[in-house]
Amino acid sequence: MFLKGIIKSGEYFDSITLMLITKSITETEGVLEAAVVMGTKENKEILKHSEMLIPEFKNVKDTDLLIVVKIDHKKNTDKIIKVAEKLLKESKHKKEENIDEYSARSIEGAVKQIPGINMAIISVAGKYAGDEAMKALKNGLNVMLFSDNVSLKKEVELKKYAKEKGLLMMGPDCGTAIINGAPLCFANVIKKGDIGIVAASGTGLQEVSCIISKEGGGISQAIGTGGRDVKKGVGGIMFIEGIKALAEDKETKIIVLVSKPPHKEVLKKIADIIVKINKPIVAILLGGNSEAIKNAGGIPAKTLEEAALTAVSISKGKNIDEYKQALKENEKEIENLAKEEAKKIKKGQKYIRGLFSGGTLCDESQLLFKEVIGDVYSNAPLNPDFRLKDVWKSYKHTIVDLGEDEFTVGRPHPMIDFSLRNKRILEEAKDPEVAVILLDLVLGYGSNKNPDKELVPIIKKAYDVLEKEGRYLSIICSITGTDKDPQNKKKIEKELKKAGVIVMKSNAAASKLSNNIIKIIGEE
Amino acid sequence: MAIKDLFEKELKIINIGLFSFKESLEESNFQVFQVNWEPPAGGDEEVLDALKKLLNS
Repeated sequence: MFLKGIIKSGEYFDSITLMLITKSITETEGVLEAAVVMGTKENKEILKHSEMLIPEFKNVKDTDLLIVVKIDHKKNTDKIIKVAEKLLKESKHKKEENIDEYSARSIEGAVKQIPGINMAIISVAGKYAGDEAMKALKNGLNVMLFSDNVSLKKEVELKKYAKEKGLLMMGPDCGTAIINGAPLCFANVIKKGDIGIVAASGTGLQEVSCIISKEGGGISQAIGTGGRDVKKGVGGIMFIEGIKALAEDKETKIIVLVSKPPHKEVLKKIADIIVKINKPIVAILLGGNSEAIKNAGGIPAKTLEEAALTAVSISKGKNIDEYKQALKENEKEIENLAKEEAKKIKKGQKYIRGLFSGGTLCDESQLLFKEVIGDVYSNAPLNPDFRLKDVWKSYKHTIVDLGEDEFTVGRPHPMIDFSLRNKRILEEAKDPEVAVILLDLVLGYGSNKNPDKELVPIIKKAYDVLEKEGRYLSIICSITGTDKDPQNKKKIEKELKKAGVIVMKSNAAASKLSNNIIKIIGEE
Repeated sequence: MAIKDLFEKELKIINIGLFSFKESLEESNFQVFQVNWEPPAGGDEEVLDALKKLLNS
């Protein structure tokens, strides 16, 4: 093994670009491990942990680009460095396409240069992001703050200021929103309509908006707040402001609230505000107290799918009981399908392994599983007693969120980079005790552009392994996306089905099918 | 000003950070301007802290 590193001073690139370059270099023959990062303190710490911090990197700055590769033989060094240089050159070209000599170098500069700017999307490193967001607010801009690692104190400061000025402050750690039809960051292409969403949960917002669009409804606005907004520390500042804004918005006739369980004080604030609003309000608070919503005149939903279908029913002026009946019929179909699948599964195969890229989808799945079977092990468990000792290894019934920090350090999010999950799919398929592999697939802007090309070969490989060992297991997947998304949803669905995947129309349906299978084989 | 006022306006966006967010919005026919952002003070934290103190004093 041989370690080679280079420093490129003053070559600044964003983290996703660098992670994608890292991924390409890692896939080059002869490379054991690679890292292409800016020379920040945090990145140097990561390099140190992976034993890739060479002495030359000691005094580098945030604006220095570091390339380091672990190579099998010294003779391959030049070839691999050339690959890295080529990838960097391509990225530089892309940078030049987006930025020219007239581009403003600061928010203040941009506001002066371009009249009428009213929204800033900020995705720079967390330690700078809070200050940049404040600059944007002070210049009268609404903010979508994608970056994470912004302190709670800063978040409260930003949101209090935004509230005072009547501005939207979405985030930090806000991955998706749709404002005036614009899909911001990781959003799907959704029909326009009369349903407004406020969400403290990214994939929750995506799942609800996609189902609304698929069922013929549409979105007026979808406001993201970042998950921490509904916790005690922030106190729901932007969640409440979002509800108020939709209550006053002429285009919005129905409001949907999406969140993980809010803190009880925040829930009280939500209840206090919805009681005053004369528009139907549907709320999915995944595992939260639905009584408070009901008592305040809201309509609590149990799943993201149910919330979306309820909103569409109201939007179309239909009786809510109609969709309830449709859901019941779906459940019967799911039960029958589960019976068919259970027949193919051998004795001794008993566990579910859920491998999620969407955090809220992972939570929803755990909640549905808990109802039928009980708690599951996870890196993000509902019950703290079920925390996985080793997140890299499943234990009994396991449902993991691969988007959590422990899996994403130095690596793009699993909605972009499938390599980690693909590896795990194969590991789970090789485990003779596994009966069901449950997956999510989130489409839309920002997500992997060709997910079928990444996922289908692995599914085929998994089924090859199973065939050789004389076993079968159910691979079940839901797709969060619409036909208008940049990926070709229909083709993806077709390819997955052809490879043997059971594709369900929602995460709730996919989870229910998985639970039913596990329940049936457990009873046999 | 109130948040609802934004809903009645044409969205004009600046992007500070990942290019992909600009590109996807342009695909949907929204106007986005990229800020040529780099870490302040050349990414030197000590200089940055000193600058912040100066600005706040």
